[in-house]
Amino acid sequence: MSEEIPAGCARPTGGPVGEPDPREKQEPSAAPKEVKTMIEVGKKAPDFTAPAYQKGKLTNFKLSDHLGKWVLLCFYPGDFTFV
Amino acid sequence: MSVDSIFVHKMWNDHELSKMVPGGVPFPMLSDGGGKVGTIYGVYSAEAGVENRGRFIIDPDGVIQGYEVLTPPVGRNVSETIRQVQAFQHVRNSKGAEATPSGWKPGKLTLKPGPDLVGKVWEVWKTSMESD
Repeated sequence: MSEEIPAGCARPTGGPVGEPDPREKQEPSAAPKEVKTMIEVGKKAPDFTAPAYQKGKLTNFKLSDHLGKWVLLCFYPGDFTFV
Repeated sequence: MSVDSIFVHKMWNDHELSKMVPGGVPFPMLSDGGGKVGTIYGVYSAEAGVENRGRFIIDPDGVIQGYEVLTPPVGRNVSETIRQVQAFQHVRNSKGAEATPSGWKPGKLTLKPGPDLVGKVWEVWKTSMESD
């Protein structure tokens, strides 16, 4: 029987079940991928592009296109969530 | 910006947000599938596969003036964000001659940083001004 997913803010996700794929073990054990964040106040915001929905239109958003204006960039866990 | 697709953004706007905000969301709703942008900004949780509540104030030169990051269960205070934007705009317009003390809102007293102010803040700024 399927378990009911408790309501929460994070989007429920799944993952592989069972034995780990043996192919994964053959991967060269390089240094763990470390992602550096470049965020610091007083420093440039990293530029990016992202698909966007705005007022009925699908567009491509590029942060640097908005130089000259104040930008408020907000991240949130997921559409249709609470809070 | 979230990891949802722009199509889900459209559905959320059309079916829910437009019922809260007349005309729907006026600004671009950005999609970050895979969390690549969120990772650079330090708000993507690879474990949960979603982005935390990160908020960045970026000035007209593309410089980050402030940010706030919350875990998912607690919502933000939009009026505090707007207050910060107004304060940063005021400081920028003064070309750095003025600074805004704690609790500043438009129309309230600003400080003019300089040698004369050292040790004298208490004369012009009272703690009651923080929250009034």
